[in-house]
Amino acid sequence: MKGRILVVDDDLALAEMLGIVLRGEGFAVSHVSDGERALAAFREVIPDVVLLDLMLPGMSGLEVCRAIRAESGVPIVMLTAKSDTIDVVLGLECGADDYVVKPFNPKELVARVRARLRRVDDGVPEALSLGDISIDVPGHLVLRDGAPIGLTPLEFDLLVALARKPRQVFTREALLEQVWGYRHAADTRLVNVHVQRLRAKVERDPEHPEVVLTVRGVGYKAGPP
Amino acid sequence: MLSVLSRARQLTHRLAPVVAWRRSLQLRVVGTTLVASGIVVVLLGLVLLNQIADGLLHSQRKAAVAETSAGLKYAQGQLSVLGDRRDPALQATLLNVGRFLSDRGGSGTLYDVLILPPAGELEGVAPADVDLTVPPDLRLLTSRLQQGYAYTREPTPEGQLVPALVVGAPVETAAGLFELYYVFPLQSVEQTISLVRRTLLTTGLVLVLLLAGIAALVTRQVVTPVRMAAHTAERLAAGLLQERMVVRGEDDLAVLATSFNDMAASLQRQFAQLEELSRMQRRFTSDVSHELRTPLTTVRLAAEVLHAARADFAPEVARSAELLQAEVERFEALLTDLLEISRYDAGFAVLDPEATDVQALAARVVEALAPVAAHYGSELVVTMPAERLIAEVDPRRVERVLRNLLGNAFEHGEGRPVELTVAGGDDAIAITVRDHGVGLRPGDSSRVFHRFWRGDPSRSRQTGGTGLGLSISLEDARLHDGWLQAWGKVGHGAQFRLTLPARRGDALTGSPLPLEPSADDARPAAPAGGSRA
Repeated sequence: MKGRILVVDDDLALAEMLGIVLRGEGFAVSHVSDGERALAAFREVIPDVVLLDLMLPGMSGLEVCRAIRAESGVPIVMLTAKSDTIDVVLGLECGADDYVVKPFNPKELVARVRARLRRVDDGVPEALSLGDISIDVPGHLVLRDGAPIGLTPLEFDLLVALARKPRQVFTREALLEQVWGYRHAADTRLVNVHVQRLRAKVERDPEHPEVVLTVRGVGYKAGPP
Repeated sequence: MLSVLSRARQLTHRLAPVVAWRRSLQLRVVGTTLVASGIVVVLLGLVLLNQIADGLLHSQRKAAVAETSAGLKYAQGQLSVLGDRRDPALQATLLNVGRFLSDRGGSGTLYDVLILPPAGELEGVAPADVDLTVPPDLRLLTSRLQQGYAYTREPTPEGQLVPALVVGAPVETAAGLFELYYVFPLQSVEQTISLVRRTLLTTGLVLVLLLAGIAALVTRQVVTPVRMAAHTAERLAAGLLQERMVVRGEDDLAVLATSFNDMAASLQRQFAQLEELSRMQRRFTSDVSHELRTPLTTVRLAAEVLHAARADFAPEVARSAELLQAEVERFEALLTDLLEISRYDAGFAVLDPEATDVQALAARVVEALAPVAAHYGSELVVTMPAERLIAEVDPRRVERVLRNLLGNAFEHGEGRPVELTVAGGDDAIAITVRDHGVGLRPGDSSRVFHRFWRGDPSRSRQTGGTGLGLSISLEDARLHDGWLQAWGKVGHGAQFRLTLPARRGDALTGSPLPLEPSADDARPAAPAGGSRA
C-alpha cells in the first residue's frame, strides 16, 4: 500500500505539480485549494498523510492544522515559505509533525512523506513502562494508572524511542534520525517542539518533567523507571 | 573586584555631601547665598556697632567735660576765698562744694564728684577706694595741672564693677592744688550698646536665613522645571515616546517646556514613521518570500521531473533540462540569501539561542560538506579540544557560518588541506578555518565581507557561491555579539575566525584562537599573484 495523500494548497500550479510528482511515486493524491473545504475533504478522503500549505485563503493553515489534529492523529507535513523560527514553531505547535520549506526538491518531499508513512509494526508484543506510564507498543496504547493518553503516532514513536532505552541520552540529531527518518542533519526545533507537546500530555507537571528529561547541551532521556 | 566596588561605595558614602554639592544647583545657590550674605551682614553689623558705640561715648564725654568745666569754675570760685590750708573753713567748704556739685547732677546716679586735697593731706576727705576709681595715670595728669579723662571701672554699692568715665581737673587755690574728679557711670551706655549688639545679631541672623530661604525659593522655581525636563528626557530616552512636560505660564521655562514637547512630538512622529516603514519592509520581505517561493517550488519540481526523464529526450533537450535544473538551484540559493540579508536589513533577524555542543555541531557540518571536500580534492584537518564545549548560540546560524567558511575554503584552497580548529575559553568559543590557497591582497580582509564582492572581477565565476555568503555570516556573528574576522596574505592562503560569547549577552573581550596563523604555518603555499574570488 503506497498511501493516500491530501494536498491542501491554494496554488493550483504547485498542487498539480505535487500531484504529478507524488503520483509518479505511486501515491494516491487528492487536492483541496482552500481552508474551509479542507476539513470536509479530510473526512471524505481519510488520507494517510496531509500536505498542508500554511498560507491559505479563508481559514489559515494553522487553523486547518489544529482542526485536523483535533479529530485525528494523522501525520501532517507543513509546506512553508518561511523558515523563520517563529513560523516553524507556530506550525509545529499547532500539531504538524514535520515541515518542508519551499522551494523543496521532490526527493526531499517524498522522503518526508515516506518517513511519515513508515510504521514499524513487527507485531511482536512489547510492553514498556516509565514511572506510572505504561506503553503497549503493538497496540499503540499509552496508559497512566489505567487511563489512556491520546498521543499522535509521531509522539508515540518519540516516547517509545526514549522508553526503549531508559537512562540513555539521545541527542536531538539521533532522535531526528530515529523518529523523523532524517538521515542528515536537520532542524532540531522539530524535536524541541514535539518534546514539549509530548510532555504536555504525559507529564503530571510539564514544568517539572519526570518522564522526558532534558540533558543540558546534549538532548533528552527517559526519566527514571 | 568586589573590594574595589565596596571601597568605591565607601568613598561615595563619605563624600556624600560633596556629591550632593556637585549635583544640586539649588544646594549650591543656597549655600553660596548663606556664606556671602553672612559675611556681608557680619561686616555691616561690626561697622554699625562701632559707629553707635563711638557716637554714644563721644556725646557722653562731651557732656561730661562740659559738666566738669562748669563744676571746676564753681569750685575754683568757692575755694579761692579761702586762705591757706590752715583755714578752719576749709574742711566744711570742701564738703559743701562736693555736695553741691554732686547734687547738681540730679538724683545722684548721674555722676559722683570727688574733690581730693593735695596729696598726703586732709585724709578722710577722699573715699577709701579712690585708687580703684581714678586710674593713677589720670591723677598724674591732674597733678601736672592738666585736664583729662579716662575710662575705668567703678565699684557699685553692690560691690560690682561697672564701666565709668572719669574726668579730672586741677583746682589751684591758696591752700594748694586740689583735684576735682567727675565719675560718670557708663552702665546705661553699655546696656544700650549690648542691646544694639543683640539686636544686630538677631536681625543679621534672621536676614541671612531669610536670604537663604529666598534663594532656595528662587532657584526652586528654575531648578524644578529643569529637573522635570531632565526626568522627561530620561523617560523619552528609555523609549516612552508619549512622555511630555507640563507647560505653565508664558515665561522662559514655559518656552523650554514647549520646545521640549515639540522635539518629543517630532521624535515620536519620526519613530512612528520609521516603525511603519520597517513594518512595511518586513511585510514586503515576507510577502516576497512567499510569492516567489511558491512558483519557484513548482518550477523546481518541474525541472526535477524533466531532469529525471532526460534519458528519453533528444540530446539538446536533455542538456536543456540539466541546465534548467542546475540554474533553478542556483536561483534558489540566491533568493534564499537575498531574503536572509534583507531580513537582516529590516532588523527582523532574531537569535534563537540554545545550549549547543560546539564539537557536535562542527562535526555535523564537516560530515555534510564531505562531498564538497571530495569534489575539490581537499583534505580537511579538524582540531578540536577533548573536553566538551557547550555554548549558548543559535545552532542554525553557526552551522550556516561554518558551511560558508568551509565552502569558501574548499573553493579557494586549490586542493590543498583545509584546517578547521575549534577552541573554547572561559567566556568565548572560537572556530578558525584556514586554507592554503591564493590568499588575500592587503585590504581585502575587510572587503571579503562586502556584498557581491569578488577578488578578481576578470575571473569568471565557476562555482555556486551567491556572493552573499560572507555578508550573511558576518551578520550572523554580529547577531550573537560575536566577531567574524579574516586574515590573508597573497600566496599564503587565508584564515577566517569566528568568535562567539559562550553565554548569551556576554561581551567579548578576546578570542581563544589567534587570527593570524603562526609564522611557520604561514609558509608560502601558492605562487603569488593570484587572488581569492
